[in-house]
Amino acid sequence: MLGRLTWAAIPFNEPLPLLSAAVVAIIIGSVLALVTIKGWVPYLWREWVTSVDHKRIGVMYFALGLVMLLRGFADAFMMRTQQAIAVGDATGYLPPAHYDQIFSAHGSIMIFFVAMPLVIGLMNFVVPLQLGVRDVAFPTLNSISFWLTATGALLINLSLVIGVFARTGWMGYPPLSELPFSPDVGVDYYLWSLQISGIGTLLTGVNFVTTILKLRAPGMTYFRMPVFCWTALSASLLIVAAFPILTATFMMLLLDRYLGMHFFTNDAGGNQMMYVNLFWAWGHPEVYILVLPAFGAFSEVVATFSGKGLFSYRSMVLATLGICVLSFMVWLHHFFTMGAGADVNAFFGIMSSIIAVPTGVKVFNWLFTMYRGRVVFKTPMLFAVGFMITFVIGGMTGVLLAVPPVDFVLHNSVFLVAHFHNVIIGGVVYGALAGYNYWFPKAFGFTLDERLGKASFWCWLIGFYLAFTPLYVLGLMGMTRRLQRIPEPSWQPLLLVAEAGAIVIFCGILCQIAQLYVSIRARQRRLDLTGDPWDGRTLEWATSSPPPPYNFAVLPRVETIDAFWSMKRRGLRPVEPAHEPIEMPRNSPVGFIIAFFATITGFALIWHIWWMVIIGLLASVVTLMVFGWSDPREREISAAEIAEIERARLSVRQPA
Amino acid sequence: MSTTTIDDAVAAMPDARGHGGGGPAPIRTVVAYGFWIFILSDIVMFSGLFAAYAVLSGNTAGGPTGLDLFNLRRVYIETMCLLVSSYTCGLGALSAERRQLGRFLMFAACTFVLGAAFLFIEGTEFAGMVSRGAGPSRSAFLSAFFTLVGTHGVHVTSGLIWLMYLVAQVIAKGLSAPVLRRLLCFSLFWHALDIVWVGVLTLVYLMGAR
Repeated sequence: MLGRLTWAAIPFNEPLPLLSAAVVAIIIGSVLALVTIKGWVPYLWREWVTSVDHKRIGVMYFALGLVMLLRGFADAFMMRTQQAIAVGDATGYLPPAHYDQIFSAHGSIMIFFVAMPLVIGLMNFVVPLQLGVRDVAFPTLNSISFWLTATGALLINLSLVIGVFARTGWMGYPPLSELPFSPDVGVDYYLWSLQISGIGTLLTGVNFVTTILKLRAPGMTYFRMPVFCWTALSASLLIVAAFPILTATFMMLLLDRYLGMHFFTNDAGGNQMMYVNLFWAWGHPEVYILVLPAFGAFSEVVATFSGKGLFSYRSMVLATLGICVLSFMVWLHHFFTMGAGADVNAFFGIMSSIIAVPTGVKVFNWLFTMYRGRVVFKTPMLFAVGFMITFVIGGMTGVLLAVPPVDFVLHNSVFLVAHFHNVIIGGVVYGALAGYNYWFPKAFGFTLDERLGKASFWCWLIGFYLAFTPLYVLGLMGMTRRLQRIPEPSWQPLLLVAEAGAIVIFCGILCQIAQLYVSIRARQRRLDLTGDPWDGRTLEWATSSPPPPYNFAVLPRVETIDAFWSMKRRGLRPVEPAHEPIEMPRNSPVGFIIAFFATITGFALIWHIWWMVIIGLLASVVTLMVFGWSDPREREISAAEIAEIERARLSVRQPA
Repeated sequence: MSTTTIDDAVAAMPDARGHGGGGPAPIRTVVAYGFWIFILSDIVMFSGLFAAYAVLSGNTAGGPTGLDLFNLRRVYIETMCLLVSSYTCGLGALSAERRQLGRFLMFAACTFVLGAAFLFIEGTEFAGMVSRGAGPSRSAFLSAFFTLVGTHGVHVTSGLIWLMYLVAQVIAKGLSAPVLRRLLCFSLFWHALDIVWVGVLTLVYLMGAR
């Protein structure tokens, strides 16, 4: 009746996961209780859950990423602590079976449910505004994408309480991830949560490629698009080209596990290295899916806070597209030690080093943008400068690792761990936080507290160096990754430094929570009535903060790069035109309902509850069919309503 | 803010298809383009399965090879069913564009029957192989075979369900603009399955039965 699901799945004998699950349950329960008691449920349902507005969906993506960052960071902190104390004969506080789940969950969560939602959240919020249009190409599909990502996040967290998570590392390499070696539900949790959220991500990619290529304000030719839109386009193209590979790969592993097939098994002709190849054929482009939009955010931030147009816009665009193409030609550097031979390794080593060229172009462009600019060191700009320094160090260790003989020494060491945290924290996380501080006023209509923002920046910067510089040294000393116990006592001092770094990063996270709290409390004093708090250059600053549901009452006419800047320079006064009624997509619960059934289906698949699988799948299809039958899917905002909103906006915007 | 309206701007720029500066493209273009991008992603997924098949096709683990299993005569009939169904699908799309309801329904019926015939032949092939002990868990080669060909078959099956659903919409609502857009997506999908099948036919059957 319930497949493999029995009471034994609940870890009653392990206090740690049970306790943390209880804490999470209490937090979620009290939030839900508060929402219900205050009567906010109808509002949340109407304005957020069923919303197909790209701005709302962007905010929800970003919020999901921030919440999951807490989970992923908790995992990181537990691992740091374990490694700091489990030295020599000491066993630490995490048994191996548990420690292995933590490092697997940490990686999976940080990549798929932190970095991806943060980046996609920024893309959702910013891209249509920067393009000067009213929404993405397929707004309801966008809502489905978000809720499927949320489904994945829910499933992966469910493994904390019901059953176990994978003990295979976040890449899930076979044969370890095959049934004989991982017979429990851990790998199934990993595979299904990533499969379901992967569908959501793929649909996002399709949506944004279409939006950016087919929906732009009149006059916005390709070379007038803001750089963030270019990076979002490149990331979306990479999603479309890379995520299906992951889907196919995971499908093969699932077939091995569920139907006894032999894609990656030890026997009957399976080939494990094929998994590794396919995984990284997705995995390396994935790195650029994450970091390109972060580059885009930095480009906007650096130009705005230097008071100058971006230096060499065209080379920036070409570098972005160059990285987009090159990212598909380097996957083998993740496993030089496979033994493909010197020629193959040399090719991939050289290709990997070549990627540093367009990236270097970008760094110089940012530096030259700052050169002779009137640089204003607001929080986003601090993150941008911190990024430039940190990312260049990470990039150089990357070039070092791209040399195959060096890689044979450093493969699977904590040197590698330090390298990719260097580029992901220094690139993606700093980028997301810069974007968060930069676009928050646009999303909510008030600015974030600068003092706490700067404090969080310094904690993130110093904490990062404290936490990961020791790992570079330890890697060179021979420490491999994923050690549950440290055999070598002389490594302990450096591990304690790394632990201190994790504590400093934690202070940074606390500062951010405090920043959010303080800013919300003081929002009446922090209101941004102009819609343009930073003297911005691109079209998102041309509308009010927060923007009306339709973004622009009249689509702006674009004549240059940095369209809004040139409008301001030419002194175009906001004039109230004769308003036309606007058709906007109607809100729809279809995304939430499909995600609800996808959760049921995923859970049932993990636990082999077949009747529930059939019900969940059928219900999802029926939901889609009901939605597919409905038309029209638009509602009209009347001209009078628009005129009223716009008049209210212009009355506060008139210069004193 | 400029006071130009979108209509003025579009009128000033006759090339209003979204690739230059003509403003947002019409919804039909957006829908077809988006769906086309989705199909590309689907083809990337198939390319992963093709790659796996290419790697594993020799790994028969002492079991049957393609030469032992494939019947090219049957595959020929199967292929013709699918290719002709694509032709009738195209004729159906043309009739729908010309608002010829009766002709559209006839061609949709042909497409459905030919697609179902394809599935039936594939189903009997699969059943025959399994009954001879050549199921997907026999060897890596057969795992890759059943997964690649079967995934294509699942696509055809969902295409047939989708076709029935769209025909129901056509009957209920007539050939309205939204329904025509959905039919356009379906034809793109159906033709893409042909393209994939050409790959399957070549890589799996023609090269495997030599």
